[in-house]
Amino acid sequence: MMKRIVAAAVAALAMTTSWAQAQEVKVGVNLPYTGIGAEFAQLVDRGMELYLKLNADKVRPYKITLIKRDVKDPGGANAKIAVQELLTQDNVDILAGWIYSPNAIASAPIVTAGKKLAVIMNAGTAQITNMSPYYVRTSFSMWHAGYALGEAAAKLLNAKTAVVGYTDFPPGKDSLAAFKRSFEGTGGKVIDEIPMGGAGAVPDFTPFFQRAKDKKPDVFFVFVPAGDHAAAVVKTYAALGMRDAGIKLIGPGDITQDTKLQAMGAAAVGLITMHHYHADLDNPENKRFVEAWKKEYGATATPDFMAVGGYDGMAAIVHVVQTLKGKIGTEQALEALKGWKFASPRGPISIDPVTRDIVMNEYLSEAVMKDGRVFQKVIGKIDGVKDACKEQKIGPCAPK
Amino acid sequence: MIFGIDIASMLLGGVAAGMVLFIVSVGLSVTMGLMGFVNLAHGGFAMLGGYAIALAMKHWGLGFVPALVFGFVVTAAASAMLERLLYARLYRASELDQVLFTIGLVFMMIASVTLLIGPENQPLALPTMLQGQINLGITQYRTYSVVLIVVGIVIVGGLWLGFERTQIGAQIRAAVDNRRMAESLGINIARLFTITFAFGSGMAALGGGLGAEFLGLDPQYALKYLVYFLIVVAVGGLGRVTGVFYAALLIGVLDFVLKKYVPQGGTAFIYALTILLLLWRPQGLFGAKAT
Repeated sequence: MMKRIVAAAVAALAMTTSWAQAQEVKVGVNLPYTGIGAEFAQLVDRGMELYLKLNADKVRPYKITLIKRDVKDPGGANAKIAVQELLTQDNVDILAGWIYSPNAIASAPIVTAGKKLAVIMNAGTAQITNMSPYYVRTSFSMWHAGYALGEAAAKLLNAKTAVVGYTDFPPGKDSLAAFKRSFEGTGGKVIDEIPMGGAGAVPDFTPFFQRAKDKKPDVFFVFVPAGDHAAAVVKTYAALGMRDAGIKLIGPGDITQDTKLQAMGAAAVGLITMHHYHADLDNPENKRFVEAWKKEYGATATPDFMAVGGYDGMAAIVHVVQTLKGKIGTEQALEALKGWKFASPRGPISIDPVTRDIVMNEYLSEAVMKDGRVFQKVIGKIDGVKDACKEQKIGPCAPK
Repeated sequence: MIFGIDIASMLLGGVAAGMVLFIVSVGLSVTMGLMGFVNLAHGGFAMLGGYAIALAMKHWGLGFVPALVFGFVVTAAASAMLERLLYARLYRASELDQVLFTIGLVFMMIASVTLLIGPENQPLALPTMLQGQINLGITQYRTYSVVLIVVGIVIVGGLWLGFERTQIGAQIRAAVDNRRMAESLGINIARLFTITFAFGSGMAALGGGLGAEFLGLDPQYALKYLVYFLIVVAVGGLGRVTGVFYAALLIGVLDFVLKKYVPQGGTAFIYALTILLLLWRPQGLFGAKAT
């Protein structure tokens, strides 16, 4: 008799806990919270938290719990372990995060084996979403900006020749491939390609820029990872007098990242970038977003494209949770996201149902001085840009 | 003519980079030569000094030169305290203990700076007169590089005079060449070491501030460039001011030229050259032969 009562009690307990679990969705977040990427982790993390805070009513009646793991570095190995632990020990329903491409590449087999929806909030190497069927990207691909800028450089900036300087790691090579493909496809010529050291440390750019200057191109396309590289790029460009030599510095928005732009000051004026987001974009969603960010994190704080990757990523996760009523099946979650549309601070976005990558606007911007601060003025816009690499199956995305 | 300009810009860029390497590394070489103490935290002092300089300029509006002096004094004082409190206990310890202690100290420096100030790069704005380009007759070049070369030459000259012409310089040279003999002649090695240690750390701080334009300034600085400082010391020979100077220039120029003409090789060339050189002359290019 006693045994029966105990068994019934255990069964009842099990039922209540499983009922409680259905209400709670566990999202396993992997970001480099310490080490050289700590600053980026904070931006993406704040983007996610801000979305949850501003949209508490959209989450109810479900509960989203973020389980955060530090992946420390861009090496890949630590990220792989973190993702594995999130899947096997924390039994998360959804994975999210990935600042660095090497980490997303290293995690891909684990994500595939774990069979959970995995939302990439930053890592931009184009073919990452081909590496696991569960990857969905809410950030960008290097080809979004790189490919669009190649065309714009030839058509709008009337450039005939370009030198490309890039940080020597997967997104750098990707960015070079994207720019070269469209620039040469539009009649331009890339006359030199300069690898400029690894992503781990900011190098002294002088020898690389000196080499670029000696080639006398019309434009100097620079890809460096977001963060501290950009300030050194802008400084060296000014110090070597490249602007006076008639060489325009162009690149994806990493060289004018909002969080770094004001510190560059007047040296940044004249930089031309192609990107999907900067804090000066003029649309109602962005105004609200920037205002909320400053209210939450301080008047001098600013969101940037990384923050938006986290913010939109969380919007995608909330959409999945609502559509599936809190019970996350991976196939259904992927279905729910294919073709999902959202009014993001960067303008309208959607998820391409075929590639699971983001579709969004690209903005050609020029840095100008306005009211004593560096302002990014939009001088051109392309609507609904898809990742050209996967769209046209070219470069690293060509069928093998 | 074009070729000449090319060579000039290469030499200027490389020598300027070499000067920064020299200013940071010279203290490391002398303290290593004096006591045989492997101080891997030397880059940490360069980082702390750079921060002191950058923050003094940012928050107190100090000028560039007063800030450099401030950074030198603060770092020298702090390192003298650390030397008396911690380093002095490990002089007779094994090399492994010394390495473990100093590398632990580096991690603590990095973590403290990250915690107190943040992981981001500290911008160090140069005075406007040091920015931009200067006309050197044959070619235009980056003003700051030229200034750095001049400053470097002044510092080398000063150090050389101090080393060769002063009492304390003679004591240091004597102690580097033969510590036991110097000790038995009544030279107080411990005091000498504290002075050179503090002075070397102060120089590192100066290098951290002067080099921030090229090398940046963030908590990881302490480890990022340590390999370069150690290469300079290894190639230059322990305890040799002029040796370190030539080695720093050689490495600065070689690194610049190789990066410019074969950027695909990255930093691998410098490491490969160092290995070959040390196989050929283990005491360094300018070091005295071990007896």
